[in-house]
Amino acid sequence: MKSDPVVTLALALQHGLSEEEYERILQILGRTPTYPELGVFSVMWSEHCSYKNSIAELKTLPRSGGRMLAEAGAENAGLVDIGHGLAVAFKIESHNHPCAVEPYQGAATGVGGIMRDIFTMGARPIASLDSLHFGSLSIARNRYLLDGVVRGIGDYGNCLGIPTVAGEVIFHHGYSQNPIINCMAVGVVNKDRIASAVAKGEGNTVIIFGSRTGRDGIHGATFASEEISEESESKRSSVQVGDPFAEKLLLEATLELVRSDALIGIQDMGAAGITCSSSEMAAHGKSGIEIDLDKVPLREEGMSAYEILLSESQERMLTVVKKGYEGEAERILDHWELLHERLGHVTIDGMMRVSHQGEVVCEIPANELALGGGAPVYHRQAKRPMSLDQTNIMNLDPYRQDRDWNVALLELLASPNICDKSWVTQQYDSTVRTNTVLGPGGDAALLRVKGTSLGLAMTTDCNPKFVYLNPRRGAALAVAEAARNISCTGATPIAITNCLNFGNPYKPESFYFFKEAVAGMGEACRIFDTPVTGGNVSFYNESEESMILPTPVIGMLGILENLELRVNSYFQHEGDRIILFGMTGADLGGSEYLYHLHNTLAGDAPPLDLEVELRTQICLREAISRGWIRSAHDCSEGGLAVALVECCILNRKSLIGAAISLGESRLHAADQLFAESASRVILSVDPKHLGEVMALAAESKIPAAEIGKIGSDRIIIGPWVDLEVEKAAYTFYNALPKLLKSAISAE
Amino acid sequence: MRFGIVVFPGSNCDYDCYWGLKNDLGFQVSFLWHRQRSFEDIDCIILPGGFSYGDYLRSGAIARFSPIMEAVLKHARKGSPIIGICNGFQILTEVGLLPGALLRNESLRFIHRPVHLRIEQQDSKFTKGYSVNRTIELPIAHGDGRYFASQHILTELENEGRILFRYSSPEGRLTAAGNPNGSINNIAGICNSEGNVMGLMPHPERRLNASVGGTDGRPLFMSVAEAFA
Repeated sequence: MKSDPVVTLALALQHGLSEEEYERILQILGRTPTYPELGVFSVMWSEHCSYKNSIAELKTLPRSGGRMLAEAGAENAGLVDIGHGLAVAFKIESHNHPCAVEPYQGAATGVGGIMRDIFTMGARPIASLDSLHFGSLSIARNRYLLDGVVRGIGDYGNCLGIPTVAGEVIFHHGYSQNPIINCMAVGVVNKDRIASAVAKGEGNTVIIFGSRTGRDGIHGATFASEEISEESESKRSSVQVGDPFAEKLLLEATLELVRSDALIGIQDMGAAGITCSSSEMAAHGKSGIEIDLDKVPLREEGMSAYEILLSESQERMLTVVKKGYEGEAERILDHWELLHERLGHVTIDGMMRVSHQGEVVCEIPANELALGGGAPVYHRQAKRPMSLDQTNIMNLDPYRQDRDWNVALLELLASPNICDKSWVTQQYDSTVRTNTVLGPGGDAALLRVKGTSLGLAMTTDCNPKFVYLNPRRGAALAVAEAARNISCTGATPIAITNCLNFGNPYKPESFYFFKEAVAGMGEACRIFDTPVTGGNVSFYNESEESMILPTPVIGMLGILENLELRVNSYFQHEGDRIILFGMTGADLGGSEYLYHLHNTLAGDAPPLDLEVELRTQICLREAISRGWIRSAHDCSEGGLAVALVECCILNRKSLIGAAISLGESRLHAADQLFAESASRVILSVDPKHLGEVMALAAESKIPAAEIGKIGSDRIIIGPWVDLEVEKAAYTFYNALPKLLKSAISAE
Repeated sequence: MRFGIVVFPGSNCDYDCYWGLKNDLGFQVSFLWHRQRSFEDIDCIILPGGFSYGDYLRSGAIARFSPIMEAVLKHARKGSPIIGICNGFQILTEVGLLPGALLRNESLRFIHRPVHLRIEQQDSKFTKGYSVNRTIELPIAHGDGRYFASQHILTELENEGRILFRYSSPEGRLTAAGNPNGSINNIAGICNSEGNVMGLMPHPERRLNASVGGTDGRPLFMSVAEAFA
């Protein structure tokens, strides 16, 4: 075996550490680190594991209170109380960089990783959601990425038997080099069976189980903390390979282990592999940990200590079991035919001590490695880009000129950002586990919780165009839209998880978006009383040519006490009256209308009054719970016209028309139809409840107007739109397959 | 009626069958672990959907060699009922209890969506509870669901009335658009010549409760319970 390289400052810099950070390592150890130690510091202090450039901002978010059972970041996933003796574990995470170089495995292991975060806590995963962002489909590479990512998510989740129930697919040329792939998982756990990622109790035994450790994924966490470049392709070995069958065994065995008397703590091995799980568990338990790498089951011979420590081979877990109870744990692992080995034990000296071939190769105070311990914390500079002012005040009137609004509406219905995404969602099993009450395609997904009357609503949302134009308001709008989507099912939002996808934090003009977005998110979460339970930060989403739109994805959870009091998003009964909650303004800024029809991203994000938004949602939920509402649909991308069409066609089995009259207004037709003003919801009600709903709205001090009636086979929005429902539906449902086909034949 | 659900390590619709048969239909249900070599007091065996042993090889190809399969074959020879759903159907063809094979979907993609099925036989022990020539709606969720068999077998299946479910339009017409995966003659489910072993690709266990999609799966299990009581 070749010997380890000599550790120098130059080598530390190559590992992505700064000079200052290397100095601190020398100080902590009181000597030059060994090569494996350098590797350990470099991954643990990478952005991916340490959040060193983001944690200062993240701490400004509301991170406790409400129904939260664990403070943000304390465990592998957020944890909220849903009553009935149950808690929900949920989290969202990015897998952007792996997907940029190997979309299938990148996405598959993204799902695998987030699932492990959930079942590590003892929770059985019940649902998966995905927020996907790609560049234009006219570029072959982007179609390859879309295809690979969708297959990867599907194959992994389908095999594991976890339904993929919701999500979003967004296209913008900024994502061309750098797709944004965020996976969210939700699980349910008995409150008295929650497992913790902790190593404690001197002499307790450390056991590794699951797949063998190979050379895949070495330095994945460091890779994710760099910009994407041509060299990224050569880092393909940094991408891990997923095995969903192994994950299924891991899932069942872990849940059984958590129910046994043997368990002290457990953590999955994701980024930074054994290094991260052992040091974090020790730091969390204020203990030390001693492990012997010779015991680790390996996939190939001749692996060095450095490689074993940093391997990101998938489907592995590390657990600490009570001394004397090893046999009980091992019986469970044998039952599921999983490999397992006793690696070492817990100590009380606070050190992470690793031996290999009879020598101690790594001896570091565990706490110095961890977030909240010795990992560095930086306050980065933020500077507003000058160009943004120009963009914000741009005169949008030229785009308001009269045109054939039927044609404009049809074009928007075929926009990849608006059209039906069944091509994607049909590749996912969305009903396995038989809990899915409302699946993909509506506002939020709604799942039953077996054995209770509860419904759990969930959604991911973010309009990155708004965040680009106005990061603070844009992030608040993302929270507001997520909450509105949850409320449209009848459920009450209770908490969020977030995945913050941004550019290079060392560039002040890039960090500005991050800082502002976090501030806006915090403001909105405080109003809705939806604390941030945790999440993930992904920086460096830029390449030489382009930078992504800043994309803070919000994953929100809601609760519906009585599942029977839910509503759908689509119109159902001829003769029902249509009500619009909220006001339409001259808010074309950042709209899909401007982007898709005029190839322009300009103006400012729509105004948002959080108090009005909150009152609107409370009023909506109240009306739903009284049984007055037949359907409720959020009005967002594509504006009122698109939302109305969706209400008419989202139930594919039973299309239905509507006649709308928007009344006197000084607004241009373009604004009336396509402005994306916030805080609006389209409702349909039985005429006999019309008065009650309008009275409740008045009492709630929110704008509300009766705007039309359901019926016929045409969608009429007087005096501008008059379309056959069939034609609108055909356009909406066939756009994506058609686009994929025509783009291929055009080459 | 006691149902026994075989659990392979990669089964993932086992619990769905268990929950629905027990709570929505009130049957007695138990799980049978794949390494078990025998079982007692089971009237009807269910081979559930999932990815039995990962199915990285041909779907169901490894499951046919699992320890429990001897006992399952014995159960079949006794004339007792067996239902294979999705991966279970694939396993039944691999082990030779049902003829034909399930190939990769025509689109080469995994497909999950509700499909319409036309009930082809009124008098089979699995479809008694349905009225013939009406259609029902069940979801499919598979990558390898394209039924295929030689002409000789197809003729036998047709002549003996062993094709129980076909993919169709909502009105019951056998169209290409109604056939989600390219199955030959729109075949979605068949039984053996003795009429006690049945396999189908769609998931009846996902349609046992109105709040999660509907109840079109109920008559299937009720039929079995009545016919083999």
